[in-house]
Amino acid sequence: MLAQQFINAISLGGVYALFALGFTLIFGVLGIVNLAHGAVFMLGAYSALHAVILLRLPLMAAILAAIVTTGAAGWLLDKLIFAPLRARDAPHLAPMIATIGLAICLSSSVEGFFGAQNLRFPVEALPTETLSLGGIRITWLELQIVLLAFVLMGILMWCLKQTRIGRALRGLAESPKAAALLGIDVEGLFRFTSVLASLLGGVAGVLIALYTNAVFPLMGQPMLHKGIAVVILGGMGDIRGALLGGFFLGFAEVFSVAYIGSTMRDAVAFGLLFAILLLRPDGLFGKATQRRA
Amino acid sequence: MMLRLSSISKHFGGLQVLQEVSLTVPERGIVGLIGPNGAGKTTVFNLITGLLIPSEGTIDFLGQRLNGMASYQITRFGVARTFQNVRIFREMSVMENVLVAMGYQSNYSAASVLLPSPHLRRAQRREQEIARELLFKVGLADQADLLAGKLSYGAQRRMEIARALATGPKLLLLDEPAAGMNTVEKQQLMDEILKLHESRLSLLIIEHDMRFIMNLCKQIVVLNFGRLIAQGTPDEVRANPEVVAAYLGREDEPEIATVFMPS
Repeated sequence: MLAQQFINAISLGGVYALFALGFTLIFGVLGIVNLAHGAVFMLGAYSALHAVILLRLPLMAAILAAIVTTGAAGWLLDKLIFAPLRARDAPHLAPMIATIGLAICLSSSVEGFFGAQNLRFPVEALPTETLSLGGIRITWLELQIVLLAFVLMGILMWCLKQTRIGRALRGLAESPKAAALLGIDVEGLFRFTSVLASLLGGVAGVLIALYTNAVFPLMGQPMLHKGIAVVILGGMGDIRGALLGGFFLGFAEVFSVAYIGSTMRDAVAFGLLFAILLLRPDGLFGKATQRRA
Repeated sequence: MMLRLSSISKHFGGLQVLQEVSLTVPERGIVGLIGPNGAGKTTVFNLITGLLIPSEGTIDFLGQRLNGMASYQITRFGVARTFQNVRIFREMSVMENVLVAMGYQSNYSAASVLLPSPHLRRAQRREQEIARELLFKVGLADQADLLAGKLSYGAQRRMEIARALATGPKLLLLDEPAAGMNTVEKQQLMDEILKLHESRLSLLIIEHDMRFIMNLCKQIVVLNFGRLIAQGTPDEVRANPEVVAAYLGREDEPEIATVFMPS
């Protein structure tokens, strides 16, 4: 029973971490609180769902479709909103407010196209096999969700630490001016970050949609709240913090459902978050709460 | 001429910070840029490196018009700089700080890191070697793996020079490189700068320490209130009455004023 909950918590936490990574990347590198990240997450879920229903693509191809759609959304997000505001030296609140507007635009457009009702993946599209390992049951689907989340996080962490582009991104997060003067194409990297962060959010959207089998226009809202909480818990802009925060929330939710009751899930999870913030107001990796100019 | 600023003016709204400043840095030159606080020296650097756009005038570097170009492109053309207040990446190691600056010159593609090959390994090892050599040059080889934020202030300034050199510049702009250094450190810095100069690098240096700059530079340009008031050899500049007046009139910098006193 405990081991089973552990598996559930890891898979849910992995998805939260994935979502939070995208959110924290945009904050860390572009210095923007991107409140449209939840809408991009929803867009990912819809893209995969319609790739399965309309194009009859297999699940993995549908996830790829979601990556392409949300990556393109990230490109547009920077091109149409972040870049023009950057060029005008807009104060910090302007891009944040713009992303609220974008989030509303996206979710109501999706509602206009596909309706407000809850959509589901066709049963035959989802793997139903179950693995049994020493009394723990895990479905293929869960296993794939966990694997995908972990592989993506692993690649990202490795790239940030070891590669040229990763180093450039970390430099950019600390000082865009210094980065530009070292020959780094700052504008190009800002756009790249927006694409990367959005597609991470998009993948998280598909995974949650598969996990809960529910796709609806406002599905990004609760996720956005969780994402913000996770990122604040981890320390704004801190990658390790987002990972740890994501898993913390996953564990808190799963274990409060298991041992306290499902109606109390959010109350317990967010109560714990609040308690931790009382102890560490700057988050777990608190140095990064403020963006250094 | 390697670098030529022609009648550069810069104003912020109604505030005129530079007025028709023209100056040149010859190939393999070592030019000092001096003037009292607020004279517009750092503004000149910001204009050259594309952080600011001139209101009027042109900036040419090796036959290339720089104004209107993005900072990173200017760097890639061969102009590097350091800052008056260090701008290092504190959360990265000293080595990584230097590697960041070498990024755009690497001879492997960004995507190739996902498929490791012998060629990639060699290229990356070569990069590390060059970075280590640069750190050795500024005396930081044994602190390569330290977080840059943990370095002493003087070491941070030297790391910033190594990082600027890593971009492969032809012209290096140093903004008060000797600030906060003691006499011994200043002498070491001067030796380092002269070595760089011998290795074909051209330099434009802002510095408040008059002895330092007068010993180092063959050519000196003086700004006061955004205007160029003198240029020439250290002796010519020291003898220029307008320069002496600009410094002597300022009680906030008595130490500097003494340099101009007849001895």
